[in-house]
Amino acid sequence: MAELAHGVHRPRSFIARYVFSTDHKVIGIQYMITAMFMAIAGGALAMIVRMQLAWPGEKWRLLGKMFPDGVEGDIMKPEFYLSLMTMHGTIMIFFVVSLALIGGFGNFLIPLQIGARDMAFPFLNMLSFWTIVPACLIMLGSFAVEGGAAQAGWTAYPPLSAVGAAVPGSQWGQTLWILGMALFIASFTMGGLNFVCTILDQRTKGMSLMRMPITIWTLFISSAIGLLAFPPLLAAAILLLFDRHFGTSFFLPSGLYFGNGLLPNSGGTPLLWQHLFWFLGHPEVYVLILPALGITLDMLPVFSRKPVFGYRLTVYCLYAIAALSMIVWGHHMYVSGMSPYIGEFFAIGTLSITVPSAIIGVNMIASLWGGSLRFPTPMLFTIGTIIMFGTGGFGGIFLGNATSDIQLHDTYFVVGHFHLMIGGVTLMAAFAGVYYWFPKMFGRMMNETLGKLHFWVTMPAFYVLFLAQHFQGLGGMPRRYFDFDKFEYLQKVAAANLHVSLTAFVLGAVQFVFLFNFFWSAFKGARSVKNPWCATTLEWTEASPAPHGNWGEQLPEVHRWPYDYSVPGAAEDFTPQTAPATVAPVTF
Amino acid sequence: MERRSGLILAIVIWLIGAGVVMMGARTWLPPLASEHGAGIDAMINFTMTATGGLILLGHIVLGLFVWKFSRQDKITFRLAGPRMERRWSLAVALLVAAIAEGGVLVIGLPVWAKVYDTASPANALIIEVTTEQFAWNVRYAGPDGVFGRADPKRYSLDNVLGQDPDDPAGRDDIVDLNMIHVEVNRPVLIRLRSKDVLHGFFLPHLRVKQDSVPGMKIDFWFVPNKTGSFELACAELCGLGHYEMRGVLVVMTPDEFRKWKEEKRNG
Amino acid sequence: MEAAIETREAYWEGGRGPFGIGWSKLMMWLFIVTDGLVFAGFLAIYGFLRIASPNWPDRSHIFHLDFIALMTFTLITSSATMATAVGAARKGDRKTVGRFLALTIVGGAAFLGMQAYEWSSLIRAGATLEANPWGAPLFGACFFIITGFHGSHVLSGLIVLAITMARSAAGKSRPAGIELAGLYWHFVDLVWVFVFTLFYLI
Repeated sequence: MAELAHGVHRPRSFIARYVFSTDHKVIGIQYMITAMFMAIAGGALAMIVRMQLAWPGEKWRLLGKMFPDGVEGDIMKPEFYLSLMTMHGTIMIFFVVSLALIGGFGNFLIPLQIGARDMAFPFLNMLSFWTIVPACLIMLGSFAVEGGAAQAGWTAYPPLSAVGAAVPGSQWGQTLWILGMALFIASFTMGGLNFVCTILDQRTKGMSLMRMPITIWTLFISSAIGLLAFPPLLAAAILLLFDRHFGTSFFLPSGLYFGNGLLPNSGGTPLLWQHLFWFLGHPEVYVLILPALGITLDMLPVFSRKPVFGYRLTVYCLYAIAALSMIVWGHHMYVSGMSPYIGEFFAIGTLSITVPSAIIGVNMIASLWGGSLRFPTPMLFTIGTIIMFGTGGFGGIFLGNATSDIQLHDTYFVVGHFHLMIGGVTLMAAFAGVYYWFPKMFGRMMNETLGKLHFWVTMPAFYVLFLAQHFQGLGGMPRRYFDFDKFEYLQKVAAANLHVSLTAFVLGAVQFVFLFNFFWSAFKGARSVKNPWCATTLEWTEASPAPHGNWGEQLPEVHRWPYDYSVPGAAEDFTPQTAPATVAPVTF
Repeated sequence: MERRSGLILAIVIWLIGAGVVMMGARTWLPPLASEHGAGIDAMINFTMTATGGLILLGHIVLGLFVWKFSRQDKITFRLAGPRMERRWSLAVALLVAAIAEGGVLVIGLPVWAKVYDTASPANALIIEVTTEQFAWNVRYAGPDGVFGRADPKRYSLDNVLGQDPDDPAGRDDIVDLNMIHVEVNRPVLIRLRSKDVLHGFFLPHLRVKQDSVPGMKIDFWFVPNKTGSFELACAELCGLGHYEMRGVLVVMTPDEFRKWKEEKRNG
Repeated sequence: MEAAIETREAYWEGGRGPFGIGWSKLMMWLFIVTDGLVFAGFLAIYGFLRIASPNWPDRSHIFHLDFIALMTFTLITSSATMATAVGAARKGDRKTVGRFLALTIVGGAAFLGMQAYEWSSLIRAGATLEANPWGAPLFGACFFIITGFHGSHVLSGLIVLAITMARSAAGKSRPAGIELAGLYWHFVDLVWVFVFTLFYLI
């Protein structure tokens, strides 16, 4: 009864429809556009970082006018650089990739792909989005406060992040950072609860768990990991706030000496924060990467016209990755002073993640075997994801191994690795997803020529850019350095910085092609039919764009798994999930 | 159309694979100057070779699939049976796992255990390094082999290590800034402390890295086996001077080291 | 060949799952797990710091266990009254629901009052977030933050109960709603058992 009420009641006013909407599709698009906006901000920060690394000590007129404190006399100050890289990391990880993949695709796809009218609790869903908006504003606004935005890195290791005298950004910027993160965690918790409940509870008739598209599986598992991993970080963030403002010393030992005085704290330890942070931080990267893998595995059957390889095995592997991700956080702390025996445990545990990850990788490549491949933009980006996942994944074997990590920890190897994984894999998959589901969002197609241009610049540039950083890291180039002039041994590897930066500028510039394509196509793109890709999943049985409440009177009934392409004896080379066994044989 | 896209994409994929291997085959690590570093280099080189091979193989296969299957209008293979799925997945997964887990168990952890779990030899030269924003304070025990008392309560601009002037053991201590002098082929035990934030003791040529953590005293040791000057970098974000927190490790012959110590004590 | 690979899945009828409990109850359970993990994080930090500290204060010098036992008894009793209210709601007995919800609120409020009294007596004895007269300064920080965080949960529970009571009195609440409020209240009580054990008993 309550469900039907959603379908019938359609809000009329502009504000109820597009601003404070409870419709999961509108919220999904809101998340997506917020992520794009934050990506422009986060990307701009990265560009300024690369400007400094390419031409250290150069004068920047425009920056000097925009940030008179950070770029004093048109010359960038190191503390401003630290703000840039801290906020670039925070924004990109939490406010771009999380928002786009979990908030954007999660909200948009979950009800449509499982055959539900909306999320289980639409109001909570809206609240989740409107909690993220102030979080974004707080993060961006922190550049304007005294001392500048947070400067302790996205990992916010104390004492640097806990003591105002340690670095200028730890005055007010760090406090705002903690508040922004707390709001983000609150929002993610609301969204995650909704996702898990919706997937378990609101599936339509016939949509058993093993008939869900892999994208839904990954979103389910990501939300579950997030719900388990974020609470301890919230606890840690609250304690960090107390350390900063109320004189407690959870993360501060005795004998800290800053400027010209001894701090009164005693009893805590900075390692405590590192454990709590990485207990979240490591699962968080899987929260980001799993939906990207799900989208990739869902895209391959559509554009090879055959079922995905190893569906069941993939699902089990996702569970395995989720479970392992919770017990390997210590591989970020091999050289932190943690007990070496624990290090051995974490090394063995971390490297065992290669098994499920490699199986998923094999399934991706094997899905192409025997297919009839087509290469519209979404498929191009999907192939790009596979390339990034392969190279990035192998980089992980170096870092998960405690022994090689002694040399590589906190060098550009780490920077290159995680940019390929939680930058490359996630963004390529997100682009594939946007090009693919755009017709369902706006009822129009995105421009193919611009899309292909976007791909052919983005993929090679991204790959070259971050592959190069791996090699710089092997050369011993430490991360988070404002300038590499002080060290003789770095002169050779740091010489590549100019080329890396130029690649980064090209990469940044071409994203505007995408943004233009997105907004132009939303209004002026060619009209799309209901199912432009001839795909089988449920969302394509509903009109484009889908109306509030999805599927009008009668919810669809599911009779088969989502990958029935080229079923022998069927009239077409795709058989929608809603087609009963009388139309074409059920093959899984 | 699809054939042309497939071919172009395949060529790019092959080029990427070849490019990665060509770049990876170059020498990237800074020249080695320590005993245990050979083990770390062996670990890195093994992983480089193995993953390089896998990356090349993966890109060849991916490119081949993309090229070959872009040329057919009808599919030629549809659904694999569960057994076939398991076989292929497990075969490749076990190969990768053998490289990753096998590498760490056979090559990696013995080196790790030697670096971190083994007590330093008795003849080790003990050096106290106390980090602060943005400098390395170095202290040697002097001829009596005993460090004088030090206490954070005495920290001041003139007494950066908080040394106790009344402690006789401290009178012959040698204190230095940003310069660490050691003997070649003699084990060095570093006793690492921090006065303020986290720092990272990173000797790239010696494959040594250890965070210094306020409130903790961390001991670790290594054996420099080449003479010369090697740069010491900070590898844990420590504030706005992180990038210029440079030190130098000077590895000398025993004669030179003795001379240096005497000069230091007299001067 | 392919017919042999048919699915062995049980047919999904749609609607409620898992265990047929419906999304709202499922969501409350998941929220409780999440919130419980925040407490687990706090208590784990507390445990670590206490074990690592050489001069952690001796609890018997600080707390009056009789008083704390009374506090705990009050809170657990309020859980029992809550259970009665939930049971009555299932039977549709609105009068009993109102009466026992009121008793639960009184119990919770009494608990908060006693906690406020305990806090103020500790503060009078010189305990603050930064220091305390008995030993390791972190004792005060852990104590005030964790019991304060629990207290804020009791307070929010009281607000939820008050709203539930008002809605029930107006005849607007369904038994399921009262059950959800009950779940949360039991969770808050259960957490107190852990806090009580770890701070006062060990």
